[in-house]
Amino acid sequence: MKIVSKLYIGIIYFLLYAPIVVIAVFSFNAGDSTSVMEGVSLRWYSALFEKPELFEALKNSLLLALSSGLLATVIGTMAAVGLARMQKKWMKSSVNAITKIPMMNPEIVTGISMMLLFVFISKNILGNVEVNLGFFTLLIAHVTFNLPYVILSVMPKLRQMDKFLPEAAQDLGCPPWKSFFLVELPNILPGVISGFIMAFTLSLDDFVISLFNGGDNFKTLPVLIYNYTKKPVKPDIYALFTLIVITILLLLVLSNLASNRDERRKARAKK
Amino acid sequence: MKAKSFFSRAAAAPHIVWSVMFIVAPLLFVLYYALTDPNGAFTLSNIAALPEYGGTFFLSISLSLIATIICILIGYPMAYFISRAKPSRQPLLLMAALVPMWINLLIRTFSMMAILDDGGLINTLLGTNLHIVGTKGAVIFGMVYDFLPYMILPIYTVMSKMDKRVLEAASDLGCNHFEVLLRVVLPLTRSGIVSGVTMVFVPSISTFYISQKLGGGTFELLGDTIERQFANPDTYNVGAAISLVMMVLILLSMAIMNKFADEDAEGGMLP
Repeated sequence: MKIVSKLYIGIIYFLLYAPIVVIAVFSFNAGDSTSVMEGVSLRWYSALFEKPELFEALKNSLLLALSSGLLATVIGTMAAVGLARMQKKWMKSSVNAITKIPMMNPEIVTGISMMLLFVFISKNILGNVEVNLGFFTLLIAHVTFNLPYVILSVMPKLRQMDKFLPEAAQDLGCPPWKSFFLVELPNILPGVISGFIMAFTLSLDDFVISLFNGGDNFKTLPVLIYNYTKKPVKPDIYALFTLIVITILLLLVLSNLASNRDERRKARAKK
Repeated sequence: MKAKSFFSRAAAAPHIVWSVMFIVAPLLFVLYYALTDPNGAFTLSNIAALPEYGGTFFLSISLSLIATIICILIGYPMAYFISRAKPSRQPLLLMAALVPMWINLLIRTFSMMAILDDGGLINTLLGTNLHIVGTKGAVIFGMVYDFLPYMILPIYTVMSKMDKRVLEAASDLGCNHFEVLLRVVLPLTRSGIVSGVTMVFVPSISTFYISQKLGGGTFELLGDTIERQFANPDTYNVGAAISLVMMVLILLSMAIMNKFADEDAEGGMLP
């Protein structure tokens, strides 16, 4: 049993990682081929620096992820606070159901539905012939698909919090907005932060919705990669992929180390 | 008390306004475009044109169903073996299975090309001339490779919450390993399988990148058709009709699926 399970897990890991390892190996190819190694070199990595559009797209992606993440975190946290105290049951459940639509719908449907909205508004209300898709339409689209994730990560923290805390603060003369910032927010902060991180990563990672709602003058990194891979590629794209994967792995290891340290500290505090 | 309820209602307001404008309205626009011609006049011709795409619907549904079933067959034992490993090693084992979720789908899919393509690693290593890319098998393989982690995660989540004493009781009462798995573990983890199925099936049926790359453009899936229709303003309406039907199909099958899951058990949609 033991050997079977170890072997099985090993084979699945091998299959999951083999393609990425192959990409990484060929990114160091000295030749032009993506299937025959002709020696080892870093030429494809230096070739990446000759692609200014790459850095432009990276900047765009980071800007979009940061701004849509922040906006979704603010709106989503407020929504969670409001929903937790909402009295009317039907209102609460219908808002919850609508919020989850972008999580359940296929990304392509979310993408084209928002694009149709923008097309309609620009054609029939603003009177433009060509729809102007760019940073702002992408911002709206990304905030929309990020909102449910922020709300879902703040909600449990609100549920765990002592409900009488903000009430006590208000009984002692604290205005509601002040009791929110001084009493509630510190309590739910871990949920707010993890909601933001999630929104940020989802936004960076998104390709389908960005493809339909972004224009040629504002390309994100995944959309640029999509354009690159439409044609046969050279190992420079492999070098790009390798750099992205290494960055992700580093970030995952770092965040794991941080949360491990956090847990150990908490365990020690309990003792 | 009054002030507080006013504050909390106001807190959810931005989110409610946002959801109506950018979730509900776009979906209404999908309906509107599906029922109008490019000039905005009411028509049923887009709906009437749908039988033309019957083959595409059938192909998409069958390929993604096969991929989903393979994901269960591979992912279930994987989740089971991880959940039976030493508790101290489980987080690392799970993490290693989930890392691909963090890597962009474009990169994962394209890296498969490096292995499967005509001039790819398999053909180079074996010295063969197999045409793998361009077959339906390659597309199914791509779906399984890309979405397997989404099957492993919810099943593992439910398994790790399972009361281990129930399993001990079953084997004390004379069940062998296999019977415990079939008659105790499987029914208890049904909700995990249901979430896994939705998390694999929905992106599979709506994908267009996997079929574009690994299908080699030899056949079209629903996602490809929709993407092609939305590249040209004249065919937005047909694209909207196809998207609408796909969305309704998915929501219906999700509703039926959820009937099979235990209503109180949460399937662990999120890590």
